[in-house]
Amino acid sequence: MSILVGKETRLLVQGITGREGTFHTQLMKQYGTPIVAGVTPGKGGQQVEGVPVFDTVKAAVAETGANTSIIFVPPAFAADAIMEAVDAGVELVVCITEGIPIHDMIDAAQYAKRAGTTLIGPNCPGLITPEQALVGILPGQIFKPGPVGLVSRSGTLTYEVVNGLTEEGIGQSTCVGIGGDPIIGTRFLDVLRRFEDDPETEIVVMIGEIGGTDEEEAAEFIKTMQKPVVGFISGRTAPPGKRMGHAGAIISGSMGTAESKVKALTAAGVPVADTIQDIVAEVKRRLA
Amino acid sequence: MKLLEYQAKELFAAEGIPTLKGQVAETPDAVRAAAEALGGRVVVKAQVPIGGRGKAGGIAVVNGPDEAAKEGERILNMTIHGYPVHRVLVEQAADIAAEYYLGVTVDRASQAIVIILSAAGGVDIEEIAATQPEKIAKATIDASIGLRDFHIRGLMAQGGVPAEHVRAMTQIIRTMYRIAKERDAMLVEINPCAALADGSIVALDGKVEIDENAHYRQTDLVEKQVPEAEHPLEREAAEKGLAYVKLDGYVGIIGNGAGLVMTTLDMIERSGGKPANFLDIGGGAKAEVVRNALNIVLADPDVKSVLINVFGGITRGDEVAKGLLAAFEEVDVRVPVVVRLAGTRAEEGRQLLAGHDALIPAATFQEAAEKAVALAQGGNV
Repeated sequence: MSILVGKETRLLVQGITGREGTFHTQLMKQYGTPIVAGVTPGKGGQQVEGVPVFDTVKAAVAETGANTSIIFVPPAFAADAIMEAVDAGVELVVCITEGIPIHDMIDAAQYAKRAGTTLIGPNCPGLITPEQALVGILPGQIFKPGPVGLVSRSGTLTYEVVNGLTEEGIGQSTCVGIGGDPIIGTRFLDVLRRFEDDPETEIVVMIGEIGGTDEEEAAEFIKTMQKPVVGFISGRTAPPGKRMGHAGAIISGSMGTAESKVKALTAAGVPVADTIQDIVAEVKRRLA
Repeated sequence: MKLLEYQAKELFAAEGIPTLKGQVAETPDAVRAAAEALGGRVVVKAQVPIGGRGKAGGIAVVNGPDEAAKEGERILNMTIHGYPVHRVLVEQAADIAAEYYLGVTVDRASQAIVIILSAAGGVDIEEIAATQPEKIAKATIDASIGLRDFHIRGLMAQGGVPAEHVRAMTQIIRTMYRIAKERDAMLVEINPCAALADGSIVALDGKVEIDENAHYRQTDLVEKQVPEAEHPLEREAAEKGLAYVKLDGYVGIIGNGAGLVMTTLDMIERSGGKPANFLDIGGGAKAEVVRNALNIVLADPDVKSVLINVFGGITRGDEVAKGLLAAFEEVDVRVPVVVRLAGTRAEEGRQLLAGHDALIPAATFQEAAEKAVALAQGGNV
């Protein structure tokens, strides 16, 4: 296993009977991810793509030994779904849903943290350990196994970078989309720690963006890391006070600027690429 | 969604936070009438969803109705940081003895609600943080227990609030916290929260920002939203479910994924141009979504060229191309459009687009940005 997901993953899909849930269950299954259960309240006993559906996460875990959950539940109910998974003892919860009210997420994120559950997202594309497990909505076909660990607040930028790496023959250990919301369960720092300890990962790519101070916090940790990190920050020309698509991509007053993040990363010895092509070139150079 | 000052104060008053008497006015005559009704010295304040209006000249303290009407007329003709002033709040002037800052907000780093109090109110909190950080008291709230008495006692002690103000301030903080939770506010701010010469404590200003993700359960507030709180194109885009932000350049941008679109804006500036907007069409590239996106971008008269930057992932390049072609059938495209397709089956997608004369293909991110900028500046590619 690289980090977080791999051969040991036993996946449960919350919201499996919805349009997105069913569609991505099919894709994750095709990729080879072991999917053991689905949950939709009131639809227990059905099957979706050959996967048994349960009414509650607790029942699904008891019957199937699921250890990881992915959530495709609509925003008004998604925080409850996260808390249900945490309560049922699932170790890793990945929430894809975009648009969860922030006060609901504060409750869910704090609850997950207290329980010791790893929450990824919300508003994220999920994660992948190439050729082992896809737990998310990432396009599996562009990934291949290799030495690069990638962590990103942006889905599409992840795909751009991975596509560039794969075209250069450079594979990935695990790629983690941590999500574009202001309140997310797993931050850069948490993923960097795991990559540092992961024998499969030789180099890390970190794709940040404006808003918050997670990149600055990560930069402090990078100073202590053995493995090299290549950075990228999007939104360098974004105006203050405007939410750039992601709920979390906003410069508030003097907080969350690209300048501050680039400065912190540079001070930690991280080369911060100016373009996607430069990220790929820098990784290639460092691995050579 | 940001409430205007008068809307925030209506909410405060309804929940029991003291405010001064005031009236909203949209014409100089209405300002005069309001000043007459209030009597004495009054304050005329521009109602715009942005800070810094005082420094911009959007607030006037006046003596009597005539001066109020004159200042009201001046302020109603202002545009403050891009927002035209359509209404003012006419309020009693106050004799201020002390000014506090009070804020309830969401702290990303601690993933919690924090309450901030400072006895150095009346100026921007960032300015206080920069010049007098020791004057800021903070309480981080554990969601499992909520706001408790000890939090408030700590704030009062750390903030140096004198005994005679503690009771009223406590009540105000409790109410602000309740508003934040019940109204899905990402920010509830009173700055200044003033102690008046007569010993009472009132909210002299009010900022409330409602979480957009919670609009569905705050419909009464959403319905009261006034048109000047948003750019018209941003409002139209929001109605169509598109994430659009109006910027001040001339290259229209459409892309999939917030990070990719932000990076596209950065690339336009690196290539010497200025982006006109941010527009994320999300996953897939259904013809209807692309058509709506194009219509919004082209409705901006500043747009001189358009760059469409799409990465084909689960929705493959050829499907994206079909969506673009279908949309182009139905839109009057008045400016050059550069398209960059990348990812899965991008080559097949590019071949499909090659036959279309209104579309200029680009192979790389950089080439796309350079072409779009050159075309917007009247050049050829």
